[in-house]
Amino acid sequence: MAVKFSDESLKKFEAIVARYPQKNAAMLPVLYLAQQEFGYISPEVMEYVSQIMDVPVARVLGVVTFYTMFNTKPIGRHHIQVCRTLPCALAGAERITGAIKEKLKIGLGETTPDGRFTLSEVECLASCGTAPMMQVNDDYYENLTEKNVGELLDRLK
Amino acid sequence: MEKILLRNIDAPDSQTLEGYRACGGYRALEKVLREMTPEKLIDEVKASGLRGRGGAGFPTGMKWSFVPKDNPKPKYVVCNADESEPGTFKDRLLIEKDPHAIVEGTIIAAYAIRSHTSFIYIRGEMFYGAQVLQRALDEAAGAGYLGKNVLGSGYDIDLILHRGAGAYICGEETGLLSSLEGGKGWPKIKPPFPATHGLFGCPTVVNNVETLAALPWIITEGAARYAAIGTEKSKGTKLFCVSGHVKKPGVYEVDMGYPFKKFLEEDCGGMANGRKLKGVIPGGASMPVLRADELDGITMDYESFQAAGTLLGSGGVIVMDESTCMVRAAWNLSRFFAHESCGQCSPCREGCHWIEKILNRVEHGAGKPGDLEKILSVSGNIGGNTICPFGDAASWPPAAFIKKYRGEFDEHIAAGKCTIH
Repeated sequence: MAVKFSDESLKKFEAIVARYPQKNAAMLPVLYLAQQEFGYISPEVMEYVSQIMDVPVARVLGVVTFYTMFNTKPIGRHHIQVCRTLPCALAGAERITGAIKEKLKIGLGETTPDGRFTLSEVECLASCGTAPMMQVNDDYYENLTEKNVGELLDRLK
Repeated sequence: MEKILLRNIDAPDSQTLEGYRACGGYRALEKVLREMTPEKLIDEVKASGLRGRGGAGFPTGMKWSFVPKDNPKPKYVVCNADESEPGTFKDRLLIEKDPHAIVEGTIIAAYAIRSHTSFIYIRGEMFYGAQVLQRALDEAAGAGYLGKNVLGSGYDIDLILHRGAGAYICGEETGLLSSLEGGKGWPKIKPPFPATHGLFGCPTVVNNVETLAALPWIITEGAARYAAIGTEKSKGTKLFCVSGHVKKPGVYEVDMGYPFKKFLEEDCGGMANGRKLKGVIPGGASMPVLRADELDGITMDYESFQAAGTLLGSGGVIVMDESTCMVRAAWNLSRFFAHESCGQCSPCREGCHWIEKILNRVEHGAGKPGDLEKILSVSGNIGGNTICPFGDAASWPPAAFIKKYRGEFDEHIAAGKCTIH
């Protein structure tokens, strides 16, 4: 199936490109738009982005794989990202990750069979004063404990 | 101590234009546009002694003055809101609670270098912060602080919010510019410096959020008042982000020159759980750790931290008590740097992973005699041999941890296991 933006996304794409002094600069927002529409950045999506951005596919591939926030594979509805860097580690981040693994019965980089959760560890998210913390999709969850993290996950359907 | 950066944080509706104006917001911009030429503005900021708060501490007014006036190309200011130095969370607080101060500061900086299009580059993960900032930008545009003919002055300025996508290196100013140009966040060789060859090859100034947020106060209250705070070389106030084993972690604004031990013991409430202090990283994860016995007499300013063999950096203070395994802490940070190395320069791309692998095996019981010397050798071969300061940032922490807690590392290797946990 050929990858193509919906009419609505196409309008957004044009508005994004018009906003920048140079078209290349719109690459990250355009990739966000693509990820929003297609769920993840597949090779076909990269090819499509390369066409509409007038750049080689290799450049798109380079950008997509350089940044951590573009997914090249399908992920769960809720992407759990537990911070593992020193301030969170000092506050027990490993125990939080352990509690999540145990509850969801998945390891790092894995998705629950029902497609509800994907679990990752990430580096510092600038929330060290309220450690340990995690990000789920766009939202931060701070001051986690082994107990409250389970309750938080129960609320994410 | 007078609050400059956190003055609006607790005000009701500090996020909104109305709330910001109630705290005196946008008066600095009015003053700048009505009374000051760009030259006079730059002189005022120079006189304040304000230095860049992103980590390097370069004088802000001087940075602006390097932008050539006669260059016909467009000029850009980029507000660096890509806060990602481990232990640092001050910019996030300003973004979420006082976004208009950042917007106003960025417009003022743009006026100083005669920029008509400028950017705020926010790290991608800060989705909420981006929403708050975008709302502030829309409100500012609606009130005539942004756009054509700002406040009837004839000055035009457009400010674009740009989200990063997850890469620590984009906090480095040339890496940030590469990213903003739509590529990988690969830092660029300097010279030429961004002041002459920055974004799209045009003159560009990159300033940290905290730096820009200090400008409105400096303009309304005067450079002399700002310069009266602090020490000879470190003027004004600075935000410190405290994390780790203290009773009251959080963001604190202190006058430069404040005693560090007093800060930790009184302002931050001392150590949590009644345990003893073992070490402190004072300026974000890139900066060399200090042992507890090294803190006497240190004051919180650029020169005192430097004299103590570390740096003020971003002001991210990570406190570790006696229960902390320093091998594990060093390994944790080496893993961060291995993950975040952009891969452009071989010493950093390869070396960071070697250091991580060796520290990993020392912590997990497979350390070998000579491992520590190897880490020090690799670390010495990264620092100073890369395009950007990431190489130094990655090489300092493991070397400092080994130097200052050598006994603990040796014990791990001799015992073939972690001797702390």
